[in-house]
Amino acid sequence: MLAVLASFLHSSIVQGIPLLFGATGEILTEKSGHLNLGIPGIMYVGGISGIVGGYLYEHFCERPVALLCILIPLVCSLLGSGLMALIYCFLTVTLRANQNVTGLALTTFGTGIGNFLGGSLLSFFGESGSISLLTIGKWYKAYPVFADKLGVFGEIFCSYGFLAYLAVIVALLVHYFLNKTRAGLNLRSVGENPATADAAGINVTRYKYWSTVIGGMIAGLGGLYFVMDYTGGTWTNNGFGDRGWLAIAIVIFALWKPARAIWCSFVFGGLYICAVLIPGLSSAAKEVIKMAPYLVTIVVLVLSSVHNRRENQPPASLGLNYFREDR
Amino acid sequence: MSDLNNKAPAPEKLPASPAPEAEKKVREPLFHIVKRAGIPRLKAWGIRVVAILLALLLNALIIHWLTGLDPLAVYKSMFDGSFSTSRKFWVLLQNTAMLLCIALAVTPCYKMRFWNLGAEGQVLIGALSSGALMFYVGDKLPSGVLIALMLGAALLSGILWAGFPALFKARFGTNETLFTLMMNYVAIQLVNTMIAIWVPSGSGVLGIMNSRTNNGWLPTVFGQKYALNIIIVSLLTVFMFIYLKYSKHGYEIAVVGESENTARYIGINVRKVVIRTAALSGCIAGLAGFLLMAGSAHTVSNTIAGGNGFTAVLVSWLAKFNPFVMILTSLLIEFLQKGAGEIAQAFRLSSDIADIATGIILFFIIGCEFFLNYRIMFRHKAQKEGK
Repeated sequence: MLAVLASFLHSSIVQGIPLLFGATGEILTEKSGHLNLGIPGIMYVGGISGIVGGYLYEHFCERPVALLCILIPLVCSLLGSGLMALIYCFLTVTLRANQNVTGLALTTFGTGIGNFLGGSLLSFFGESGSISLLTIGKWYKAYPVFADKLGVFGEIFCSYGFLAYLAVIVALLVHYFLNKTRAGLNLRSVGENPATADAAGINVTRYKYWSTVIGGMIAGLGGLYFVMDYTGGTWTNNGFGDRGWLAIAIVIFALWKPARAIWCSFVFGGLYICAVLIPGLSSAAKEVIKMAPYLVTIVVLVLSSVHNRRENQPPASLGLNYFREDR
Repeated sequence: MSDLNNKAPAPEKLPASPAPEAEKKVREPLFHIVKRAGIPRLKAWGIRVVAILLALLLNALIIHWLTGLDPLAVYKSMFDGSFSTSRKFWVLLQNTAMLLCIALAVTPCYKMRFWNLGAEGQVLIGALSSGALMFYVGDKLPSGVLIALMLGAALLSGILWAGFPALFKARFGTNETLFTLMMNYVAIQLVNTMIAIWVPSGSGVLGIMNSRTNNGWLPTVFGQKYALNIIIVSLLTVFMFIYLKYSKHGYEIAVVGESENTARYIGINVRKVVIRTAALSGCIAGLAGFLLMAGSAHTVSNTIAGGNGFTAVLVSWLAKFNPFVMILTSLLIEFLQKGAGEIAQAFRLSSDIADIATGIILFFIIGCEFFLNYRIMFRHKAQKEGK
């Protein structure tokens, strides 16, 4: 029984990590007042950039080194998702375009890039088959050897690749940044009321740019984790599925608090996977269970608006662009 | 007393006398942004056309770089993707009509600044409920009755799917963007569940229903399978134009969208308008689901809307919520999708390049809106106008 529970917790956490990256990135972005619906696309790009970087390295290098195996995809992923976030940011912050429309376009674009490169990368180099970067995947999946000796404890806490721990650390760091630092306070004020923040001498544009781009990079890591660790360095078109939207759902479920997002992601990961793990379920029942994360999100969304507690609300200017000369 | 105080430190200030000069030296920023009061219609369309041309150029360059195809030839083969055979042309028209139908559905919501991102789910649920009728009573009722029942079920379920979030928005101010977004996935899972129940083999694919009897299929008019769909959507376009522009409802929608406070002040019941408009929106999306189900696909799957619920948002917004312009924007998007698909097929590239091409066009059009709403004043020009 304990072993079953441990393996369930393990799978929930594995499923939850990409969601956690996405949710943390989206929370940081939304705190600046920008609802980035491009996150699903950004996560695709984060994944495929890592794959492309890793593939080129494996392709052109005789003896891949462990450190570079990890660093090159990581940097490529950060660059790719950062660029995507920059497109969003330029359009919505500088050109003041509608955030929903821009975000949806970014998701179309990003999913297209991911699937296109994933489907055609090998044919550019005259190879056929599907991408599999097993060496790199192995390094991303590597966990300390002692984990196996620790039994259940090891399985639940120590058996993940380094990106999983990074996800939790990043979420905690963002929590600390938002709640305990001056810059975090400024960022929150930009999201609540940019005009007041502007009057107080805060550079609204700079805060919006940084939070969106860094938020996008964090979300992109979720895509990287998925392709490198979860699938072990392989790419399947649309394999990432709707996890990007689920990450946006978690932002609501976690009430815009990154530290809460940690356990919320794991709960969602559990809901996502339990349909597969519970034996003897009919396929219809499995599909009903998969509905749960979305229903739970709706309930939380409704309850938080009905109770109308101040600390549980979305940033007040979420979705609205700021133009100084507006009245 | 105050005079004395003011005079006393004056000598100390003297060294600061070159202050006016220093003020002159403060450089104006290179440019600043001013909101336009309005823009001539011709100029506005000029800017949009330039943006689209630039995007097409960039797309052609990317495709040229990937395939080595001459950029002009790129567009020739894109045309082939839509117009080379009459079948391809009808498919283009059908797809455009369905995208347009969903775009018409979301338009009243957007005009009201109610961010309904749930069209995908509303279409799905419409298709699902009419599909359920076809599955359970498809061979027990005469075709006409069945079609009427299916239509009713689709409209009703669409209304429900959009009205529910609107109810909470109107009553509690619940964020409708996120609510409707989540409703999409509830609908997708419902479809998956029903298909799992209907297809015991577990293949997850519900085949074409009533393919022998054609019971519950929309009739073929003018010898073309898709003609009826296209006619219905055309009528709907005219209706929506008149509804938004010349009806009292349309006026109320516009006022609520511009300013809720004004609406309240002139005695519009904002809650009622929000719920009514969202319900209308869901109703039309349900109709789209019905048309997809009964008019072309004759089956239910979770990809029956194919992401058009999201693309429709872009179509509607690009057309500035004008139903007639939406014909053009939906045609543009479908044309791009088909054309890029054709190129991808010819060069054994992944067909997802169509999404990249669409994305680039969208970015340019979204970006060019800025130049319609704002003016960039450069330093010299601003000074001249100041004098």
